[in-house]
Amino acid sequence: MAVITVERKPLTFLERTYLPQIAGGLKTTFKHLIAPKKTLEYPEQRPAIPVGYRGVPTLVKDPNGREKCVSCQLCEFVCPPKAIRITPGEIPADQADRAHVEKGPQAFDIDMLRCIYCGLCQEVCPEEAIFLQNQFSMSGYTRAEMVNDKDRLYELGGTLPDAHHKWDKKKTAEEHGNAH
Amino acid sequence: MFDFYFEIPHVIRLILQGLAVIMVIFPIAGACSMAERKVAAWIQDRPGPNRATVPWVAWIPFLGKFLQRLGVFHVMADGGKMMFKEDSLPGHVNKFYFVLAPIVAMIPALTTVVAVPFGAYFDAAGKLIPLGLAPLDIGMLAVFAVSSLGVYSAILAGWASNSKYPFLGSVRASAQLISYELSMTLAVLPVFLWVNAPGTEGTMGFARVVEFQSQPGFLGGMWFGFLMPISAFIFLVALFAETNRQPFDTVESESDLVGSFHTEYGAFKWGLFFVAEYSHMIVGSAVFMLLFGGGWNPLPWVSLATAVDILGTFLPFAHAPLFVGILSIAIFMGKVLAMIFFFMWVRWTLPRFRYDQVMKIGWQKLLPLSIANLLFYAIAIALIQK
Repeated sequence: MAVITVERKPLTFLERTYLPQIAGGLKTTFKHLIAPKKTLEYPEQRPAIPVGYRGVPTLVKDPNGREKCVSCQLCEFVCPPKAIRITPGEIPADQADRAHVEKGPQAFDIDMLRCIYCGLCQEVCPEEAIFLQNQFSMSGYTRAEMVNDKDRLYELGGTLPDAHHKWDKKKTAEEHGNAH
Repeated sequence: MFDFYFEIPHVIRLILQGLAVIMVIFPIAGACSMAERKVAAWIQDRPGPNRATVPWVAWIPFLGKFLQRLGVFHVMADGGKMMFKEDSLPGHVNKFYFVLAPIVAMIPALTTVVAVPFGAYFDAAGKLIPLGLAPLDIGMLAVFAVSSLGVYSAILAGWASNSKYPFLGSVRASAQLISYELSMTLAVLPVFLWVNAPGTEGTMGFARVVEFQSQPGFLGGMWFGFLMPISAFIFLVALFAETNRQPFDTVESESDLVGSFHTEYGAFKWGLFFVAEYSHMIVGSAVFMLLFGGGWNPLPWVSLATAVDILGTFLPFAHAPLFVGILSIAIFMGKVLAMIFFFMWVRWTLPRFRYDQVMKIGWQKLLPLSIANLLFYAIAIALIQK
């Protein structure tokens, strides 16, 4: 490989006085002094959350306001730091339209002190019931406060659009026989 | 109107004046720390501290918000914090000198103000009377003599801290201050050679220097900064070094000396070092403005007297001594604050010189330059004024 010798030019007198460089530097900093600020003033201004952001894990309901989680506990098993703890339970008798769904969580706790926001729970969920959404700051004064229970998880999660309505289809299939 | 004031015994009047000046310098020094944070933030494209506020000020519709955004109340928060946090005294220090050092820092910093006039008015006969605590004839000498005492605080603090880095820092501080003192003094001499023309009464006072810069004519109205740019430049560089500001703050270079001589200090004692540094800056800027920046003259070739005459055409009270005094103080303070802004601007522009570079610039560049400058002006002045 050819070696190119770059000749280093000797500094001119002005450069050696260092003064033009100082003047140039002062000019640059003055431009920044009057330029619009580039920072966000955090609590009032929030950053735009990019699509696919992995925030606090939440439970979501389907568009009809029904619980989607069927308490299969896959997320509990896949969770690397063991942050999720589910107590499976029956579907309450008063929810007739969900009676064909076998199970639902009686309790669903995510310990946010353990959670590492890896998103495996969202990835593994067959029901698309758990999502890591946009909330990025969690704080509390006690350890207990940092455990999100089921009510809190649904409050954080809200409702997400759902194209499948998997259990409605299952119910129709059960009642009217398979279409094919 | 103010006769009652002149009936107060002279000593009490002087004490009142002294307190008044301290009451101005001290808050300005505090506000400078705030301004430093703000300028730093703006230069780094941040808004800077803008949260602290006081309830009853926050209720003022527009101004309250503006003051909050300007971070004015962070001064109080910072100062209050330093006032109320534990004033620790490490076990391994020499207690007496450890406590003495911040006091020694503060005293020369505030003492130099005495010799610096900060405004002027015209008496009934139209004679210019400078406003200052002590209209000393040795003005410049007094400032040099007292301000260089500040180095003792650095030495005392570093030595009494009984710790390695503070000690190294104070050694650096003393070496740096001594090196630049010399070129600073030599840079100022041409000004006084020029001012003390043959046949006039000899003086080292600042008032005469400003008077010289407010004469009519092209050369008379020229500020010494234009007449002696090399002197002004050397003085300015030396001033940066003397006040331990960037790019000459090797004394405090945090990366290699932790925090230098004030490493072991905390709370209000640390705050005193800080205020002393800013007081030095204020007095240094004031001296620079008096010597090279025209003092209380608003613009080059526009002296205070001319400005008052122009204002007098549409302001009936423009010739009142009180108005002239306040106007001159305002102009002078404005210049000093602009100078302090320049200090901060440079701080956030230039990287720090290495210690050997600082020494090299001081002894091998500035000193020969200032000697050559002095010789040149000495010959030139001798030829002009003979």
